[in-house]
Amino acid sequence: MSRISQKFAQLKTDGRKALVAYIVNGDPVREATLPTMHKMVEEGVDVIELGVPFSDPMAEGPVIQKGHERALAHGVSLTDTMAVVKEFRKTNQTTPVLLMGYANPVERMGYSVFAEKAAAAGVDGLLTVDLPPEEVESLKTELASRDLDNIFLLAPTTRSERARDIAQHASGFLYYVSLKGVTGAGHLDVDSVKAKLEEFGALTDLPMCVGFGIKDAESASKVARLADGVVIGSVLVDAMSKAGTDSAQVAASVGAIVHDIRQALDNL
Amino acid sequence: MSDSGKQKVDYSAFPDERGHFGIFGGRFVSETLIYALDELQEIYGKLKENDEFQAEFDRDLAHYVGRPSPLYHAERWSRELGGAQIYLKREDLNHTGAHKVNNTIGQALLAKMTGKSRVIAETGAGQHGVATATVAARLGLKCQVYMGAEDVRRQALNVYRMKLLGAEVIPVESGSKTLKDAMNEALRDWSTNVDDTFYIIGTVAGPHPYPQLVRDFQAVIGREARAQCLDMTGKLPDALVACVGGGSNAIGLFHPFLDDESVAMYGVEAGGDGVETGRHAAPLNDGIPGVLHGNRTYLMEDENGQIIETHSVSAGLDYPGVGPEHSWLKDLGRVNYVAINDNEALAAFRKTTRTEGIMPALESSHALAYAEKLAPTMSKDQIIIVNLSGRGDKDILTVADIDGITV
Repeated sequence: MSRISQKFAQLKTDGRKALVAYIVNGDPVREATLPTMHKMVEEGVDVIELGVPFSDPMAEGPVIQKGHERALAHGVSLTDTMAVVKEFRKTNQTTPVLLMGYANPVERMGYSVFAEKAAAAGVDGLLTVDLPPEEVESLKTELASRDLDNIFLLAPTTRSERARDIAQHASGFLYYVSLKGVTGAGHLDVDSVKAKLEEFGALTDLPMCVGFGIKDAESASKVARLADGVVIGSVLVDAMSKAGTDSAQVAASVGAIVHDIRQALDNL
Repeated sequence: MSDSGKQKVDYSAFPDERGHFGIFGGRFVSETLIYALDELQEIYGKLKENDEFQAEFDRDLAHYVGRPSPLYHAERWSRELGGAQIYLKREDLNHTGAHKVNNTIGQALLAKMTGKSRVIAETGAGQHGVATATVAARLGLKCQVYMGAEDVRRQALNVYRMKLLGAEVIPVESGSKTLKDAMNEALRDWSTNVDDTFYIIGTVAGPHPYPQLVRDFQAVIGREARAQCLDMTGKLPDALVACVGGGSNAIGLFHPFLDDESVAMYGVEAGGDGVETGRHAAPLNDGIPGVLHGNRTYLMEDENGQIIETHSVSAGLDYPGVGPEHSWLKDLGRVNYVAINDNEALAAFRKTTRTEGIMPALESSHALAYAEKLAPTMSKDQIIIVNLSGRGDKDILTVADIDGITV
């Protein structure tokens, strides 16, 4: 069983909701990422999504776009991102880390090389925004051969039949995009999330986490009631961008937000 | 793979059902957009075979755009060059001044069929934005056009044209502030407003079915040129030349000739300061296959897979990718992809203006510059058709600026 599946099994046993948290590797400065990852775990993050910077992050809202731009300004690459996970694994062997990004850096590295290096670094899974199931076949084979989970998105526009297909390609968990739009958008509609999660929940046994548009303890609580977990990202990237360049301060800015949301989730 | 050009390919069978041209093309988008693409593919699949739809498209092209566009024998210029006879396919004479309108007429009809009340577009030089704003005005659709902030500055005239037509131009400040960033922003908008918005993509790139449907709408260029050439000269041309940014005017000219084995084809990319300098926009000359904007195609990128900035005097060619069908035709060896640098294109702009009294767009000037090199290597009874894809009025300020003149 993969580290991600183990984590969700444990959360289920404990009756707790998963808190999945996204930051961009190398944002705002390279040195901040590792301490921030450890801080997130300390404050109750269950799964870390480490963003791989890309020049054309077409599913991101302005906040995370700027995170990618800041990281790219100091040349942060996919290889660097794996190196950070390797460092992280020196002191943490239990928290799942998945890489989230876009197809092209993975294409450039080569699927087989990617899977080999990612597994060696201690990465647990991959979410590529622009690799839907119909284009993922050869990468999927490589990921599976290294026991890496392939995380897929479900959207408000996804029809049931397709959701069933996606679930069959996926492992680890499914990520439901709570709204039509980009990351960090502000128009979360809890009722529509509820309806879609009920529809999709009947199609799969995979855990379902909800992201896009969750910005505080209140919105996290509302959504967590309906799902196995929540994903936060823009709210963290925004805080990090305002915390200066001192790694400890950057990590602390994330820690405070995580702390509040964790508490809210545990008090449901 | 480039030595496989002699194998028999059924070009009409591509893209396949999932939008692939060999390894290229496809549908690399976030999940939210899949439904809209499925819907578009289904509607287009039906309408493509629908006589009424085709008749309406043809009627609009005839009475609104002014088609067929002439095929003009550039006699004086041909004589001067002393080689092949150069014929210009006059897409610059279309309503709005470029080939772009062929596609926006077609996609606007699709938008009407889907019942969406709003259209969005990305634009580089502004020609596609103008062509979109034009059809939106005619159909009473709300229109927003994304344009890189750098291009807004370079193409002020077209920005104002779009505003006069009732469109809102949204400058895009992210990334390199050019066409690729405008396309990112348009895709973000579409994800957000997918229920009521039709995205009119301006070139043969993007996720399936866009490369196919834009090609089909632009193929009127090649169908006309083929018939006109046969009519005027009694034979097929020996060579076709067209500029390639995303590649819609080129595929439009080339596609109806792909089965004519005697017809050589040259796609001309923007060489910027010269392909060898790295400062260019020529992914087919100096790129590698990758994934951007919904399809797999040749891209300009660094060793980490990050898309790099492009350079060209022509905003309409300033794009790091290219339509996937071009990538496929390159690897098949069916089309030769060459590059013309900024200076050569500017010289061709002046030359065509002075010799034939036709002021071409800087994009089209790249094709003209290559024809100028090609013609003298051919005999006087041979024929080159150059796609004069747009008129140069929009570029006058750019050229004046290069000349150090304030207009």
